[in-house]
Amino acid sequence: MRSNGPRLAAIALAIVVIAVLPAIAPSFIVFDFIFVAAYAIAILGLIVLTGMNGQISLGHGAFMALGGYVAAVLAHNAGWPYWIGVPLAAVASGAFGILIGLIALRLAGVYLALATFSLAVATPSFLKHFKSVTGGFGGLSLDTVKAPGWFPLDAQNWLYYVAWAVTGVVFLLSALLVQGKFGRALRALRDNPIAAVSFGVNPYYYKTLAFGWSAVLAGIGGAFLAMATAYVSPDTFTFALSITLLIGAVLGGILTFWGALVGAIVVEFLPFVAQKINAGAPGVVYGVALILMMLFVPDGIVGGLQRLVRGLIGQPQLQPALEPTVPPAASIAVDQPSRE
Amino acid sequence: MKPFISRTVTGIFAAAFALAVTGSTIAPARAADPGVTDTEIVLGGTHPYSGPASAYGNIGKGIAAYFSYVNDKGGVNGRKIKYIDKDDGYSPPQAVQLVHQMVEQDKVFAIFDTLGTAVNTAIRPYLNQQGIPHMFVATGATTWGKDAKQFPWTIGWQPDYQSEAIIYARDILTNHPKAKIGVLYQNDDYGEDYNVGLKRGLAKHENMIVKMASYETTDPSVGSQIATLKASGADTFMIFATPKFAIQAMVLAAQQSWHPVIYLNNVSAAVPFMNAASKAGGPGAVAGVISTIYLKDPANHARYAGDAGMKLYNEIMAKYLPSADKDDGNYLYGVAIAYTMCDVLKRAGKDLTRKKVMDIAANLTEKDNPWAYPGVVIHSSPDFRFPITQMIAAKWLTTDWSPMGVLVDTRTMTTAAK
Repeated sequence: MRSNGPRLAAIALAIVVIAVLPAIAPSFIVFDFIFVAAYAIAILGLIVLTGMNGQISLGHGAFMALGGYVAAVLAHNAGWPYWIGVPLAAVASGAFGILIGLIALRLAGVYLALATFSLAVATPSFLKHFKSVTGGFGGLSLDTVKAPGWFPLDAQNWLYYVAWAVTGVVFLLSALLVQGKFGRALRALRDNPIAAVSFGVNPYYYKTLAFGWSAVLAGIGGAFLAMATAYVSPDTFTFALSITLLIGAVLGGILTFWGALVGAIVVEFLPFVAQKINAGAPGVVYGVALILMMLFVPDGIVGGLQRLVRGLIGQPQLQPALEPTVPPAASIAVDQPSRE
Repeated sequence: MKPFISRTVTGIFAAAFALAVTGSTIAPARAADPGVTDTEIVLGGTHPYSGPASAYGNIGKGIAAYFSYVNDKGGVNGRKIKYIDKDDGYSPPQAVQLVHQMVEQDKVFAIFDTLGTAVNTAIRPYLNQQGIPHMFVATGATTWGKDAKQFPWTIGWQPDYQSEAIIYARDILTNHPKAKIGVLYQNDDYGEDYNVGLKRGLAKHENMIVKMASYETTDPSVGSQIATLKASGADTFMIFATPKFAIQAMVLAAQQSWHPVIYLNNVSAAVPFMNAASKAGGPGAVAGVISTIYLKDPANHARYAGDAGMKLYNEIMAKYLPSADKDDGNYLYGVAIAYTMCDVLKRAGKDLTRKKVMDIAANLTEKDNPWAYPGVVIHSSPDFRFPITQMIAAKWLTTDWSPMGVLVDTRTMTTAAK
């Protein structure tokens, strides 16, 4: 049996860092971390779907777009507050996710990747077409989210704490969801679908549900992206966003929830760091950084760190985390420790 | 063990929150107008150095080159300009974050020449809320003029797209009154602005338009649109398209043996693009094409051989951007708009405030921009936020644009001010 101690300590540390950040970091960093929360939620969706269940999506930007636009249209056209807009964004995106999930049942591997990719490519044109609702190419400007009267800090800090509180809740819900029966079914369908089905796991039910929950998360992430930017436009949700999410998931570590957090920080700040290194060609620096990371930490930053720590304290290395047939070391955040 | 940990976590969280509360409220009050010292003015801007619109990044490089030139000459009223220019990848969220950082960390005095309609729409509310000049945005969408009352800290520079289309409409009514017009336009607000301008310009002759065909920027080719327009019997062809599609349109029309009178929008009319179309479709594909001009064209070596402004441009490019292709009009655009920025700062004098700079930008009459087309006056008022409204129609004569007639001022024609 593995001890829960290190894991809880890491969670406590993460909570503390997030809670004190507004006190110690400059205002624009706090602002950037609202985007980190939005990306973390969306990348978590990808980790549940691709990491836990093996369904590849290159189109999660489309679900973010749906969530972002639902929240934005409700706020802009109907004047509804975000605490109605965000849940409705989650519901709309989840429903669309289940629909796409049903289609995805007929597609596997690279075909699914292509189908979801086309979804991401079509999104901006689609948004432009329904101009009366979406504002077309020019998009929709939103009022910044206001803090309630009892909150002692400014509006930006309010949105920051709301975004991270929601992040905490969806991480917890996702952890509960993938524990036990549901999580085992997802992983079994990923690792050996034939064996899973012969043991009575209903692939239609679990795979569709995984897609739905994944889309719920992407939709919430999209809603927070829209609120933080206080603006949505087709240019906010280009296919590059979907690629960015996948990069974040893979770099962070696609087999662990921690990967969502680390991946979100990487995709948020890597472009800015790349510019500092070479202002003329940030894309090249970004690309080289990606290649190097894939070469040296193929199981993501979290996986690499865990191997490093195990090496330092002399614990035996587990199977390489990318080996799908063994529950990887990185999945401690979601496994039921007592059952191992 | 668990209750202990959860109690500890709760405790730490409460303490941290308390710290956050006190920490934020004791932040020092902001100084009156940041970004200006005795020796320096800090300006910030963003351009797409990566992503789908990265060709426009050269505008930012042209600006930086001009500021280096000004700094080496002693700066503006004794102050050097520091230009912080970042890559936004044409993405609104990215631009919003960069602008927050520039304002809050780099303490820029003003934001200058952010590029793209979506990017500027995204950052405009924040800058206006903070009272930071949002100057000379690089886009011709009508909103910069139209919404000036709501966003007094934002101002455009280049002509708006509607005005340009009005000039084409006038030219058609004068020179081709029996024209049957076919329109190719990009399916977004940019293309839509041109269509609105064309219809306003034609006014009661709007029925001269016999066919309109749109394309998406993701389309590989506009071949089928050209075939449709040709089949409609149109004899006059409006191309409201970005360079790649504009070149295709001219080449494909020639290949399909369709030889209408062609009107081509300014953003696609740089000499290198015309040469590309001529090379692929034969000289006949581009002969007699009509467009508009409001800046000097650096690729037009013959016309500007003795021009002092062009000589200075060549010097600046040779010294500060020696490896760049100086025929690329984007560099000249950058140099020209940076001139206007320096002009405004100079007029504001030694005692710089944001309010003063914005007042001057919104009440500007600049007659001597060395890179504006001769006669073009850069002129704004608080109610009119498109400083450049004069353009001249020009016809393509095998190697260069030959201006036709006189400069037209669209100021009284557009709705941009409302």
